[in-house]
Amino acid sequence: MSYRITWWLVFLVMSAPLVWLIGLAFTGGLGANPIEFITRYLGDWALRSLLVALAATPLKIALGWRWPVRVRRMLGLWAYAYVTLHIANYVGIDQFFDWGAIGTDIVKRNYITVGMANFVIVTLLAATSWNGAIKRMGAKAWKRLHKFVYLAGVLGCFHYFMMVKADTLPPTIHIGILGALLSVRVWHRIRG
Amino acid sequence: MPIKIRKAWEISEAEVTPENLFKQRRKFLKTSAAALAGGLAGGMFSNHAFAAWPQAGEMLTGITKSGFNPGEDLTPYEDVTSYNNFYEFGTGKDEPIDNAKNFRPDPWTVEVAGACAKPGAYAFEDLLRPHTLEERIYRHRCVETWSMIVPWTGVALADVIKRLEPTSKARYVAFETLHDPARMPGQRRQVLRWPYVEGLRMDEAMNPLALLSVGLYGRTLPPQNGAPLRLVVPWKYGFKGIKSIVKITFTEHEPPTSWNQAAAREYGFYANVNPAVDHPRWSQARERRIGEFRKRDTLPFNGYGEQVAGLYSGMDLSKFF
Repeated sequence: MSYRITWWLVFLVMSAPLVWLIGLAFTGGLGANPIEFITRYLGDWALRSLLVALAATPLKIALGWRWPVRVRRMLGLWAYAYVTLHIANYVGIDQFFDWGAIGTDIVKRNYITVGMANFVIVTLLAATSWNGAIKRMGAKAWKRLHKFVYLAGVLGCFHYFMMVKADTLPPTIHIGILGALLSVRVWHRIRG
Repeated sequence: MPIKIRKAWEISEAEVTPENLFKQRRKFLKTSAAALAGGLAGGMFSNHAFAAWPQAGEMLTGITKSGFNPGEDLTPYEDVTSYNNFYEFGTGKDEPIDNAKNFRPDPWTVEVAGACAKPGAYAFEDLLRPHTLEERIYRHRCVETWSMIVPWTGVALADVIKRLEPTSKARYVAFETLHDPARMPGQRRQVLRWPYVEGLRMDEAMNPLALLSVGLYGRTLPPQNGAPLRLVVPWKYGFKGIKSIVKITFTEHEPPTSWNQAAAREYGFYANVNPAVDHPRWSQARERRIGEFRKRDTLPFNGYGEQVAGLYSGMDLSKFF
Protein backbone atom coordinates (compact mmCIF):
# COMPACT_ATOMS: atom_id res chain seq x y z
CA MET A 1 0.00 0.00 0.00
CA SER A 2 1.33 3.38 -0.88
CA TYR A 3 2.21 5.80 1.88
CA ARG A 4 -0.46 8.24 0.72
CA ILE A 5 -3.26 5.65 1.02
CA THR A 6 -1.97 4.46 4.39
CA TRP A 7 -1.86 8.03 5.65
CA TRP A 8 -5.43 8.74 4.61
CA LEU A 9 -6.73 5.46 5.99
CA VAL A 10 -5.13 6.15 9.37
CA PHE A 11 -6.42 9.72 9.25
CA LEU A 12 -9.96 8.49 8.67
CA VAL A 13 -9.70 5.92 11.46
CA MET A 14 -8.43 8.55 13.91
CA SER A 15 -11.22 10.94 12.95
CA ALA A 16 -13.91 8.29 13.43
CA PRO A 17 -14.47 8.98 17.19
CA LEU A 18 -15.01 12.67 16.44
CA VAL A 19 -17.37 11.92 13.56
CA TRP A 20 -19.23 9.49 15.79
CA LEU A 21 -19.56 12.10 18.55
CA ILE A 22 -20.95 14.65 16.11
CA GLY A 23 -23.37 12.00 14.86
CA LEU A 24 -24.52 11.29 18.43
CA ALA A 25 -24.96 15.00 19.07
CA PHE A 26 -27.24 15.38 16.07
CA THR A 27 -29.31 12.29 16.82
CA GLY A 28 -29.89 12.91 20.53
CA GLY A 29 -27.50 10.14 21.50
CA LEU A 30 -25.56 11.94 24.22
CA GLY A 31 -27.86 10.84 27.06
CA ALA A 32 -29.32 12.73 29.99
CA ASN A 33 -26.13 14.65 30.78
CA PRO A 34 -24.57 15.53 27.40
CA ILE A 35 -21.86 17.79 28.81
CA GLU A 36 -20.52 15.08 31.12
CA PHE A 37 -20.75 12.58 28.26
CA ILE A 38 -18.72 14.82 25.92
CA THR A 39 -16.08 15.53 28.58
CA ARG A 40 -15.54 11.84 29.26
CA TYR A 41 -15.75 10.79 25.64
CA LEU A 42 -13.14 13.31 24.49
CA GLY A 43 -10.90 12.52 27.47
CA ASP A 44 -11.11 8.80 26.70
CA TRP A 45 -10.18 9.34 23.06
CA ALA A 46 -7.41 11.79 23.88
CA LEU A 47 -5.74 9.17 26.07
CA ARG A 48 -6.39 6.33 23.63
CA SER A 49 -4.97 8.36 20.72
CA LEU A 50 -1.89 9.16 22.74
CA LEU A 51 -1.40 5.47 23.52
CA VAL A 52 -1.82 4.68 19.80
CA ALA A 53 0.86 7.27 18.93
CA LEU A 54 3.13 5.78 21.62
CA ALA A 55 2.62 2.33 20.08
CA ALA A 56 4.37 3.24 16.81
CA THR A 57 7.92 2.53 17.90
CA PRO A 58 7.09 -0.61 19.94
CA LEU A 59 5.27 -1.99 16.88
CA LYS A 60 8.39 -1.46 14.81
CA ILE A 61 10.57 -3.11 17.46
CA ALA A 62 8.28 -6.03 18.18
CA LEU A 63 6.71 -6.74 14.79
CA GLY A 64 8.94 -4.93 12.35
CA TRP A 65 6.09 -2.69 11.13
CA ARG A 66 7.35 0.54 9.64
CA TRP A 67 4.16 2.34 8.60
CA PRO A 68 3.05 3.35 12.14
CA VAL A 69 6.28 5.31 12.63
CA ARG A 70 5.72 7.08 9.32
CA VAL A 71 2.26 8.32 10.39
CA ARG A 72 3.29 8.94 14.01
CA ARG A 73 3.21 12.73 13.79
CA MET A 74 -0.36 12.61 12.52
CA LEU A 75 -1.30 10.23 15.35
CA GLY A 76 0.21 12.59 17.90
CA LEU A 77 -1.61 15.56 16.43
CA TRP A 78 -4.91 13.69 16.59
CA ALA A 79 -4.21 13.00 20.25
CA TYR A 80 -3.57 16.72 20.67
CA ALA A 81 -6.81 17.53 18.84
CA TYR A 82 -8.82 15.34 21.23
CA VAL A 83 -7.02 16.80 24.27
CA THR A 84 -7.73 20.33 23.05
CA LEU A 85 -11.41 19.57 22.44
CA HIS A 86 -11.59 17.89 25.86
CA ILE A 87 -10.24 21.01 27.56
CA ALA A 88 -12.21 23.43 25.38
CA ASN A 89 -15.35 21.54 26.40
CA TYR A 90 -14.38 21.76 30.09
CA VAL A 91 -13.56 25.49 29.91
CA GLY A 92 -16.19 26.73 27.50
CA ILE A 93 -19.17 24.44 28.05
CA ASP A 94 -18.86 22.68 31.40
CA GLN A 95 -17.53 25.67 33.37
CA PHE A 96 -18.85 28.23 30.85
CA PHE A 97 -15.69 30.37 31.13
CA ASP A 98 -16.05 30.70 34.90
CA TRP A 99 -12.34 31.49 35.29
CA GLY A 100 -12.60 31.67 39.08
CA ALA A 101 -13.98 28.14 39.27
CA ILE A 102 -11.45 26.91 36.72
CA GLY A 103 -8.59 28.48 38.66
CA THR A 104 -9.81 26.92 41.89
CA ASP A 105 -10.07 23.54 40.16
CA ILE A 106 -6.50 23.78 38.86
CA VAL A 107 -5.14 24.72 42.28
CA LYS A 108 -7.27 22.50 44.53
CA ARG A 109 -8.20 19.43 42.49
CA ASN A 110 -5.16 17.25 41.96
CA TYR A 111 -6.45 15.44 38.91
CA ILE A 112 -7.15 18.77 37.19
CA THR A 113 -3.72 20.09 38.23
CA VAL A 114 -2.14 17.04 36.61
CA GLY A 115 -4.37 17.34 33.54
CA MET A 116 -3.56 21.00 32.98
CA ALA A 117 0.19 20.44 33.50
CA ASN A 118 -0.07 17.74 30.89
CA PHE A 119 -1.83 20.11 28.52
CA VAL A 120 1.16 22.45 28.74
CA ILE A 121 3.50 19.58 27.86
CA VAL A 122 1.50 18.34 24.89
CA THR A 123 1.03 21.90 23.63
CA LEU A 124 4.82 22.32 23.50
CA LEU A 125 5.11 19.03 21.63
CA ALA A 126 2.37 19.91 19.15
CA ALA A 127 3.80 23.39 18.60
CA THR A 128 7.18 21.90 17.66
CA SER A 129 5.83 19.08 15.55
CA TRP A 130 6.54 20.66 12.15
CA ASN A 131 9.72 19.94 10.18
CA GLY A 132 11.04 23.49 10.51
CA ALA A 133 11.01 23.19 14.30
CA ILE A 134 13.51 20.34 14.17
CA LYS A 135 15.85 22.45 12.05
CA ARG A 136 15.50 25.51 14.25
CA MET A 137 15.90 23.68 17.52
CA GLY A 138 18.51 21.25 16.31
CA ALA A 139 17.76 17.54 16.16
CA LYS A 140 19.26 16.81 19.57
CA ALA A 141 17.28 19.40 21.52
CA TRP A 142 14.14 18.52 19.58
CA LYS A 143 14.51 14.84 20.46
CA ARG A 144 15.11 15.66 24.09
CA LEU A 145 11.95 17.77 24.20
CA HIS A 146 9.87 15.13 22.50
CA LYS A 147 10.91 12.49 25.02
CA PHE A 148 8.37 14.27 27.21
CA VAL A 149 5.67 12.40 25.33
CA TYR A 150 6.31 9.50 27.72
CA LEU A 151 5.63 11.76 30.66
CA ALA A 152 2.47 12.95 28.89
CA GLY A 153 1.31 9.34 28.64
CA VAL A 154 2.01 8.70 32.32
CA LEU A 155 0.30 11.92 33.44
CA GLY A 156 -2.67 11.21 31.18
CA CYS A 157 -3.17 7.81 32.78
CA PHE A 158 -2.87 9.23 36.27
CA HIS A 159 -5.26 12.07 35.48
CA TYR A 160 -7.79 9.37 34.58
CA PHE A 161 -6.95 7.17 37.58
CA MET A 162 -7.26 10.07 40.03
CA MET A 163 -10.73 11.11 38.89
CA VAL A 164 -12.64 7.83 39.11
CA LYS A 165 -14.84 7.29 42.14
CA ALA A 166 -14.44 3.59 42.84
CA ASP A 167 -14.03 1.62 39.63
CA THR A 168 -10.29 1.75 39.01
CA LEU A 169 -10.30 -1.06 36.44
CA PRO A 170 -10.60 1.07 33.25
CA PRO A 171 -7.72 3.44 34.16
CA THR A 172 -5.69 0.45 35.36
CA ILE A 173 -6.09 -1.15 31.93
CA HIS A 174 -4.75 2.04 30.31
CA ILE A 175 -1.81 2.08 32.72
CA GLY A 176 -1.16 -1.57 31.86
CA ILE A 177 -1.09 -0.81 28.13
CA LEU A 178 1.22 2.16 28.65
CA GLY A 179 3.48 0.01 30.82
CA ALA A 180 3.64 -2.69 28.15
CA LEU A 181 4.50 -0.15 25.43
CA LEU A 182 7.25 1.40 27.52
CA SER A 183 8.58 -2.04 28.48
CA VAL A 184 9.12 -2.91 24.81
CA ARG A 185 11.30 0.21 24.43
CA VAL A 186 13.25 -0.48 27.62
CA TRP A 187 13.78 -4.10 26.65
CA HIS A 188 14.94 -3.02 23.19
CA ARG A 189 17.39 -0.49 24.63
CA ILE A 190 18.88 -2.97 27.09
CA ARG A 191 19.28 -5.64 24.45
CA GLY A 192 20.26 -3.41 21.55
CA MET B 1 -65.60 0.66 54.30
CA PRO B 2 -64.99 -2.18 51.89
CA ILE B 3 -61.27 -1.68 52.30
CA LYS B 4 -61.20 -3.59 55.56
CA ILE B 5 -62.89 -6.62 54.05
CA ARG B 6 -60.44 -6.70 51.18
CA LYS B 7 -57.48 -6.47 53.51
CA ALA B 8 -58.57 -9.47 55.55
CA TRP B 9 -59.35 -11.44 52.44
CA GLU B 10 -56.00 -10.76 50.87
CA ILE B 11 -54.00 -11.74 53.90
CA SER B 12 -55.77 -15.01 54.46
CA GLU B 13 -55.45 -16.05 50.87
CA ALA B 14 -51.79 -15.15 50.66
CA GLU B 15 -51.14 -17.19 53.76
CA VAL B 16 -52.77 -20.40 52.61
CA THR B 17 -52.07 -20.45 48.90
CA PRO B 18 -48.97 -22.21 47.56
CA GLU B 19 -46.56 -19.90 45.81
CA ASN B 20 -47.11 -21.10 42.25
CA LEU B 21 -50.87 -20.73 42.57
CA PHE B 22 -50.37 -17.41 44.27
CA LYS B 23 -48.46 -16.15 41.27
CA GLN B 24 -51.16 -17.31 38.86
CA ARG B 25 -53.67 -15.48 40.99
CA ARG B 26 -51.73 -12.31 40.51
CA LYS B 27 -51.71 -12.82 36.80
CA PHE B 28 -55.47 -13.45 36.89
CA LEU B 29 -56.08 -10.31 38.94
CA LYS B 30 -53.90 -8.29 36.64
CA THR B 31 -55.65 -9.42 33.48
CA SER B 32 -59.09 -8.96 35.01
CA ALA B 33 -58.11 -5.51 36.21
CA ALA B 34 -57.02 -4.64 32.71
CA ALA B 35 -60.25 -6.03 31.29
CA LEU B 36 -62.44 -3.86 33.47
CA ALA B 37 -63.55 -0.56 32.02
CA GLY B 38 -61.69 2.58 33.12
CA GLY B 39 -64.05 4.34 35.55
CA LEU B 40 -65.25 1.16 37.23
CA ALA B 41 -61.74 -0.23 37.51
CA GLY B 42 -60.42 3.05 38.85
CA GLY B 43 -63.01 3.09 41.64
CA MET B 44 -62.74 -0.55 42.53
CA PHE B 45 -59.01 -0.80 42.57
CA SER B 46 -58.09 2.58 43.94
CA ASN B 47 -57.09 1.18 47.30
CA HIS B 48 -56.03 -2.09 45.86
CA ALA B 49 -52.52 -1.35 44.74
CA PHE B 50 -51.00 -4.28 46.60
CA ALA B 51 -53.37 -7.02 45.55
CA ALA B 52 -51.78 -7.36 42.16
CA TRP B 53 -48.44 -5.65 42.39
CA PRO B 54 -47.66 -4.45 38.87
CA GLN B 55 -44.50 -5.41 37.05
CA ALA B 56 -41.60 -2.97 37.05
CA GLY B 57 -42.52 0.21 35.21
CA GLU B 58 -46.30 -0.41 35.29
CA MET B 59 -48.83 2.07 36.64
CA LEU B 60 -49.61 2.16 40.34
CA THR B 61 -53.10 2.88 41.61
CA GLY B 62 -54.43 4.62 44.70
CA ILE B 63 -51.74 7.28 44.96
CA THR B 64 -52.59 10.43 46.89
CA LYS B 65 -50.92 13.71 46.02
CA SER B 66 -48.89 15.35 48.76
CA GLY B 67 -47.77 18.86 49.52
CA PHE B 68 -44.15 17.98 48.83
CA ASN B 69 -43.44 19.85 45.63
CA PRO B 70 -40.60 22.29 45.01
CA GLY B 71 -42.56 23.69 42.05
CA GLU B 72 -39.74 23.13 39.57
CA ASP B 73 -39.88 21.42 36.18
CA LEU B 74 -39.81 17.64 36.43
CA THR B 75 -36.84 15.81 34.92
CA PRO B 76 -38.21 13.71 32.04
CA TYR B 77 -39.01 10.06 32.78
CA GLU B 78 -36.50 8.88 30.15
CA ASP B 79 -33.68 10.79 31.85
CA VAL B 80 -34.60 9.61 35.36
CA THR B 81 -34.63 6.01 34.16
CA SER B 82 -31.64 6.01 31.79
CA TYR B 83 -29.03 7.96 33.78
CA ASN B 84 -28.42 5.95 36.91
CA ASN B 85 -25.70 5.30 39.42
CA PHE B 86 -26.48 1.74 40.48
CA TYR B 87 -23.15 -0.10 40.56
CA GLU B 88 -24.92 -3.44 41.11
CA PHE B 89 -25.82 -3.15 37.42
CA GLY B 90 -22.57 -1.60 36.15
CA THR B 91 -20.50 1.48 36.89
CA GLY B 92 -21.44 3.45 33.76
CA LYS B 93 -24.56 5.54 34.15
CA ASP B 94 -26.01 4.15 30.93
CA GLU B 95 -25.38 0.54 32.01
CA PRO B 96 -28.10 -0.10 34.64
CA ILE B 97 -30.96 0.39 32.16
CA ASP B 98 -29.53 -2.42 29.99
CA ASN B 99 -28.14 -4.73 32.65
CA ALA B 100 -31.26 -4.55 34.82
CA LYS B 101 -33.86 -5.08 32.15
CA ASN B 102 -34.40 -8.73 33.05
CA PHE B 103 -34.34 -8.15 36.81
CA ARG B 104 -37.64 -9.29 38.38
CA PRO B 105 -38.15 -8.07 41.96
CA ASP B 106 -41.00 -10.46 42.52
CA PRO B 107 -41.40 -12.15 44.94
CA TRP B 108 -39.47 -9.86 47.29
CA THR B 109 -38.88 -10.29 51.00
CA VAL B 110 -37.62 -7.67 53.40
CA GLU B 111 -36.00 -8.90 56.58
CA VAL B 112 -36.55 -6.73 59.63
CA ALA B 113 -34.06 -7.27 62.43
CA GLY B 114 -32.41 -5.73 65.45
CA ALA B 115 -33.85 -3.64 68.25
CA CYS B 116 -37.58 -3.75 67.48
CA ALA B 117 -40.69 -5.57 68.64
CA LYS B 118 -41.72 -6.82 65.22
CA PRO B 119 -38.71 -8.47 63.59
CA GLY B 120 -39.14 -11.07 60.87
CA ALA B 121 -39.30 -11.68 57.16
CA TYR B 122 -41.93 -9.51 55.52
CA ALA B 123 -43.26 -10.02 52.04
CA PHE B 124 -42.78 -6.71 50.28
CA GLU B 125 -46.55 -6.29 49.85
CA ASP B 126 -47.19 -6.97 53.55
CA LEU B 127 -44.64 -4.41 54.61
CA LEU B 128 -46.42 -1.70 52.64
CA ARG B 129 -50.07 -2.77 52.64
CA PRO B 130 -51.26 -0.76 55.68
CA HIS B 131 -49.93 2.49 54.22
CA THR B 132 -51.32 4.84 51.63
CA LEU B 133 -49.12 5.54 48.67
CA GLU B 134 -48.20 9.18 48.29
CA GLU B 135 -46.62 11.12 45.46
CA ARG B 136 -43.85 13.47 46.50
CA ILE B 137 -41.86 15.62 44.16
CA TYR B 138 -38.33 15.97 45.48
CA ARG B 139 -35.06 17.50 44.40
CA HIS B 140 -32.43 14.81 43.88
CA ARG B 141 -28.79 15.91 44.19
CA CYS B 142 -26.01 13.49 43.31
CA VAL B 143 -22.61 13.80 44.97
CA GLU B 144 -21.23 14.04 41.40
CA THR B 145 -22.85 17.51 41.08
CA TRP B 146 -25.81 16.72 38.86
CA SER B 147 -29.41 16.98 39.99
CA MET B 148 -32.95 16.07 39.00
CA ILE B 149 -36.54 16.73 40.03
CA VAL B 150 -38.26 13.39 40.56
CA PRO B 151 -41.90 12.59 41.32
CA TRP B 152 -41.49 9.64 43.68
CA THR B 153 -44.26 7.39 44.92
CA GLY B 154 -43.91 5.87 48.34
CA VAL B 155 -44.74 5.86 52.02
CA ALA B 156 -43.24 7.85 54.85
CA LEU B 157 -40.35 5.85 56.30
CA ALA B 158 -41.46 7.01 59.76
CA ASP B 159 -44.86 5.29 59.37
CA VAL B 160 -43.26 1.97 58.48
CA ILE B 161 -40.74 2.27 61.31
CA LYS B 162 -43.47 3.01 63.87
CA ARG B 163 -45.27 -0.16 62.87
CA LEU B 164 -42.12 -2.19 63.45
CA GLU B 165 -41.95 -0.79 67.00
CA PRO B 166 -38.28 -0.04 67.52
CA THR B 167 -37.12 -0.29 71.12
CA SER B 168 -35.26 2.37 73.09
CA LYS B 169 -31.98 0.76 71.99
CA ALA B 170 -32.71 1.58 68.36
CA ARG B 171 -30.64 4.69 67.70
CA TYR B 172 -29.93 4.01 64.03
CA VAL B 173 -31.61 2.26 61.11
CA ALA B 174 -29.41 0.25 58.76
CA PHE B 175 -30.43 -0.79 55.25
CA GLU B 176 -29.03 -3.45 52.96
CA THR B 177 -29.35 -4.02 49.21
CA LEU B 178 -29.89 -7.43 47.65
CA HIS B 179 -26.64 -9.35 47.16
CA ASP B 180 -27.16 -11.69 44.24
CA PRO B 181 -24.40 -11.57 41.60
CA ALA B 182 -26.41 -13.87 39.35
CA ARG B 183 -29.13 -11.23 39.05
CA MET B 184 -26.97 -8.17 39.67
CA PRO B 185 -24.01 -8.60 37.29
CA GLY B 186 -22.18 -5.55 38.65
CA GLN B 187 -21.63 -7.48 41.89
CA ARG B 188 -19.37 -9.99 40.11
CA ARG B 189 -16.61 -7.43 40.46
CA GLN B 190 -15.62 -6.02 43.86
CA VAL B 191 -16.02 -2.35 42.88
CA LEU B 192 -17.64 -1.71 46.26
CA ARG B 193 -17.93 -4.07 49.20
CA TRP B 194 -21.18 -5.99 48.56
CA PRO B 195 -23.88 -5.88 49.69
CA TYR B 196 -24.39 -2.12 49.52
CA VAL B 197 -25.26 -0.82 52.97
CA GLU B 198 -26.60 2.50 54.17
CA GLY B 199 -27.96 3.95 57.37
CA LEU B 200 -29.70 6.85 59.05
CA ARG B 201 -29.77 8.14 62.58
CA MET B 202 -33.19 7.40 64.06
CA ASP B 203 -34.27 11.04 64.15
CA GLU B 204 -33.29 11.40 60.50
CA ALA B 205 -35.26 8.30 59.60
CA MET B 206 -38.29 9.60 61.50
CA ASN B 207 -38.14 12.98 59.75
CA PRO B 208 -41.28 13.38 57.62
CA LEU B 209 -39.15 13.93 54.49
CA ALA B 210 -37.63 10.44 54.57
CA LEU B 211 -39.47 8.30 52.05
CA LEU B 212 -39.55 4.59 51.30
CA SER B 213 -40.17 4.73 47.59
CA VAL B 214 -41.84 2.08 45.45
CA GLY B 215 -42.32 4.11 42.29
CA LEU B 216 -41.73 7.18 40.20
CA TYR B 217 -43.95 9.00 37.75
CA GLY B 218 -46.88 6.97 39.11
CA ARG B 219 -45.32 3.70 37.98
CA THR B 220 -43.51 1.03 39.96
CA LEU B 221 -39.78 1.61 40.19
CA PRO B 222 -37.91 0.35 37.16
CA PRO B 223 -35.11 -2.03 38.24
CA GLN B 224 -32.41 0.52 37.37
CA ASN B 225 -33.97 2.93 39.87
CA GLY B 226 -33.97 0.42 42.73
CA ALA B 227 -37.02 -1.81 42.33
CA PRO B 228 -39.03 -2.70 44.22
CA LEU B 229 -38.15 -0.64 47.27
CA ARG B 230 -35.64 2.15 47.85
CA LEU B 231 -34.88 4.93 50.24
CA VAL B 232 -35.23 8.60 49.27
CA VAL B 233 -33.70 11.21 51.61
CA PRO B 234 -33.78 14.39 49.52
CA TRP B 235 -31.60 16.53 51.79
CA LYS B 236 -28.72 14.08 51.38
CA TYR B 237 -26.58 13.12 48.41
CA GLY B 238 -28.12 10.49 46.17
CA PHE B 239 -25.87 7.64 47.31
CA LYS B 240 -27.68 7.63 50.68
CA GLY B 241 -30.81 6.54 48.80
CA ILE B 242 -30.10 2.82 48.98
CA LYS B 243 -31.86 0.74 46.31
CA SER B 244 -33.50 -2.70 46.14
CA ILE B 245 -33.67 -3.01 49.93
CA VAL B 246 -33.82 -6.52 51.42
CA LYS B 247 -32.99 -5.79 55.03
CA ILE B 248 -33.80 -3.16 57.64
CA THR B 249 -31.97 -3.39 60.96
CA PHE B 250 -32.41 -1.25 64.05
CA THR B 251 -29.04 -0.75 65.71
CA GLU B 252 -27.58 0.91 68.74
CA HIS B 253 -24.39 2.04 67.01
CA GLU B 254 -23.76 3.91 63.79
CA PRO B 255 -23.90 1.30 61.02
CA PRO B 256 -21.25 1.11 58.27
CA THR B 257 -22.13 2.73 54.94
CA SER B 258 -20.75 1.60 51.59
CA TRP B 259 -19.20 4.75 50.14
CA ASN B 260 -17.72 5.62 53.50
CA GLN B 261 -16.08 2.19 53.53
CA ALA B 262 -14.77 2.78 50.00
CA ALA B 263 -13.33 6.26 50.70
CA ALA B 264 -13.84 7.64 54.20
CA ARG B 265 -12.09 10.91 53.31
CA GLU B 266 -14.61 11.63 50.59
CA TYR B 267 -17.93 10.24 51.82
CA GLY B 268 -19.18 10.57 55.36
CA PHE B 269 -22.04 8.92 57.20
CA TYR B 270 -24.27 12.00 57.04
CA ALA B 271 -23.69 13.05 53.40
CA ASN B 272 -25.97 16.06 53.74
CA VAL B 273 -26.04 18.24 50.65
CA ASN B 274 -23.76 21.12 51.55
CA PRO B 275 -22.38 23.68 49.10
CA ALA B 276 -19.91 24.88 51.75
CA VAL B 277 -18.16 21.52 52.18
CA ASP B 278 -16.36 20.34 49.05
CA HIS B 279 -15.75 16.78 48.03
CA PRO B 280 -11.93 16.56 48.21
CA ARG B 281 -11.76 16.20 44.44
CA TRP B 282 -14.45 18.63 43.32
CA SER B 283 -16.50 21.58 44.47
CA GLN B 284 -20.05 21.02 45.75
CA ALA B 285 -20.98 24.71 45.43
CA ARG B 286 -22.83 24.25 42.17
CA GLU B 287 -24.70 21.60 40.29
CA ARG B 288 -25.98 20.89 36.82
CA ARG B 289 -29.69 20.21 36.69
CA ILE B 290 -30.25 17.52 34.09
CA GLY B 291 -31.60 19.26 30.98
CA GLU B 292 -30.02 22.62 31.80
CA PHE B 293 -26.89 24.12 30.27
CA ARG B 294 -25.55 26.44 32.96
CA LYS B 295 -24.77 25.21 36.44
CA ARG B 296 -26.91 26.49 39.29
CA ASP B 297 -26.02 27.10 42.92
CA THR B 298 -26.48 24.15 45.25
CA LEU B 299 -28.71 24.86 48.24
CA PRO B 300 -27.80 23.87 51.81
CA PHE B 301 -29.59 20.61 52.64
CA ASN B 302 -30.68 20.65 48.99
CA GLY B 303 -33.24 23.32 49.86
CA TYR B 304 -34.78 21.34 52.75
CA GLY B 305 -33.02 23.21 55.55
CA GLU B 306 -36.28 24.35 57.11
CA GLN B 307 -37.31 20.73 57.66
CA VAL B 308 -33.98 19.14 58.59
CA ALA B 309 -31.38 21.71 59.69
CA GLY B 310 -32.51 21.28 63.30
CA LEU B 311 -31.36 17.65 63.24
CA TYR B 312 -27.78 18.84 63.06
CA SER B 313 -27.75 21.86 65.35
CA GLY B 314 -24.49 22.06 67.24
CA MET B 315 -22.72 19.67 64.86
CA ASP B 316 -19.69 20.77 62.88
CA LEU B 317 -20.88 19.92 59.37
CA SER B 318 -17.38 20.15 57.90
CA LYS B 319 -16.38 17.35 60.29
CA PHE B 320 -19.61 15.33 60.11
CA PHE B 321 -19.90 15.60 56.32
